[in-house]
Amino acid sequence: MGMSISQKILSAKSRQDSVSPGDIVLADVDLAFANDITAPISIDFVKKLGVDVFDKGKVALIPDHFTPNKDISSANQCKIMRDFVRDGDLPNYWESGEVGIEHALLPEQGYIKPGMLIVGADSHTCTHGALGAFATGMGSTDVGFAFATGKSWFKVPESIKFVYTGRRNKWVGGKDLILYTIGKIGVAGALYKSMEFAGDTIKELPMEDRLTMCNMAIEAGGKNGIIEPDEITFEYLKERGVGEGDYTAYKSDPDAYYSKIIEIDVEDIEPQVAFPHLPENAKGLSEIKEDIKIDQAFIGSCTNGRIGDLRIAASVLKNNKVAKYVRLIIIPATVDVYKQALKEGLFDIFMEAGAVISTPTCGPCLGGYMGILADGEVGISTSNRNFVGRMGSKSSALYLSSPAVAAASAVAGKIISPDEVVK
Amino acid sequence: MKFKGKAWVYGDNVDTDVIIPARYLNTSDEAELAKHCMEDIDENFIKKIKPGDMIVAGYNFGSGSSREHAPIAIKASGISCVIAKSFARIFYRNSFNMGLPIFESVEAAEDIKDTDEIEIDADSGIIKNLTTNKEYKSTPIPEFMQELIASNGLFGYAKKLLDK
Repeated sequence: MGMSISQKILSAKSRQDSVSPGDIVLADVDLAFANDITAPISIDFVKKLGVDVFDKGKVALIPDHFTPNKDISSANQCKIMRDFVRDGDLPNYWESGEVGIEHALLPEQGYIKPGMLIVGADSHTCTHGALGAFATGMGSTDVGFAFATGKSWFKVPESIKFVYTGRRNKWVGGKDLILYTIGKIGVAGALYKSMEFAGDTIKELPMEDRLTMCNMAIEAGGKNGIIEPDEITFEYLKERGVGEGDYTAYKSDPDAYYSKIIEIDVEDIEPQVAFPHLPENAKGLSEIKEDIKIDQAFIGSCTNGRIGDLRIAASVLKNNKVAKYVRLIIIPATVDVYKQALKEGLFDIFMEAGAVISTPTCGPCLGGYMGILADGEVGISTSNRNFVGRMGSKSSALYLSSPAVAAASAVAGKIISPDEVVK
Repeated sequence: MKFKGKAWVYGDNVDTDVIIPARYLNTSDEAELAKHCMEDIDENFIKKIKPGDMIVAGYNFGSGSSREHAPIAIKASGISCVIAKSFARIFYRNSFNMGLPIFESVEAAEDIKDTDEIEIDADSGIIKNLTTNKEYKSTPIPEFMQELIASNGLFGYAKKLLDK
């Protein structure tokens, strides 16, 4: 029996001819990283062992969650990272002014290549599978182990193949495809499994939308999300100075084993909104009969804070104003996205509309800062989780959507289709 | 090793945001984290539990964020172990790395009621409900993870690898 792309990467990195689902392998990692919340514990692990990191070029430390430092405790956590980086002379570190959200920054800067094995102390590390890498989130201690030894142990997952066919409807992007998918299989629908996204629709899906889809594999319990590298991948890499000799592009064998194959007709999918308090509570816009008034809209995060997301938001916000008493918070995911949006005049559109723009940070996505919801407030967000209290008060309610729907809802003051507000 | 205490029962998909909300993640101090354990799902949690008590939950316990602060907070709160129908992948690994014992049993999690007295033999994985006199067998810990325990956890295993 053949192997899936995930099996192929795990077998190559554990120097075996083949691996089967259920096998435990000790594999060499190509990149291990952590952020300002998770790194202090990883660093402690390395220090207690009394060793240096295994390979300076293969370790990255990214202070993105609570930076610029939101309070004294977060400042101290960032200081632990910075001191560690300085003492070890580690090259892959970004200070405020350079830093972006890890899962937007790393692919954008050409760190992620097909065939890599990546571990990150952040659950959304699965994002990087969009480039045909095997990438999975772990805890700080597991990543500390990788920092020190260059290795990590894996249980080879079974794969589920999701085959998307048909043309996307207007306003439907990667976010809608993945919300629809999680709605179909549930938040534990891919528990411990690899989610492989395939089909004609995916072959034509831009890289940013692919990153959004793989980003949310964890929201279905998945170990990783992955897409076979193709021309879109190679082009994305070329733009970042990564040549074809720099990586191995694995593809799943035609006779690879899948525990399930799920076929999805994309023509059935309209813009999606996930209702509180789980990403699986996805509904199409036309299924929403009631008026859902909002207090805040947030456009940003590792899921939807890339330039394409901001362009879509701007296309909806142009010549529009944010509704009275509604806050619209826009956070470009990286400095490059920020600069590009500024250059293209998107900031003018956002500010004319009455939005507030922040420097790159995870900020409100996890209820950190820069837009926390009060008791009983309702928010719509382009991020990935709408758990109880995720963006602030535990009595607040959070809806998830694409940037287009979030922008339109900010204008209308209630959850609405972009078609209703585009001028 | 045996654990004995009262069960505190919750539903499916108890996520790491309710186990320890991100507003408290500006520290890794366990006593500080323990104060806010389960706060957003049960604000009386810390007041009502006694050392040795257990959390019993449904499917996909510990879903969401990779924060190790979640098992750290649970352990530091005095909870001896967690019984659930299933665990989210990253939480499973983190609990193991943080030394928080966890037991997977659909039947036990289905039957156990709030405040039932529970006894667990960690070595055999046998869960006893002392209130109803029922007994359950939890899913065995994977062999490789047992080997990790034998090498003194991930830290010991790292030492062994680096000494080679």
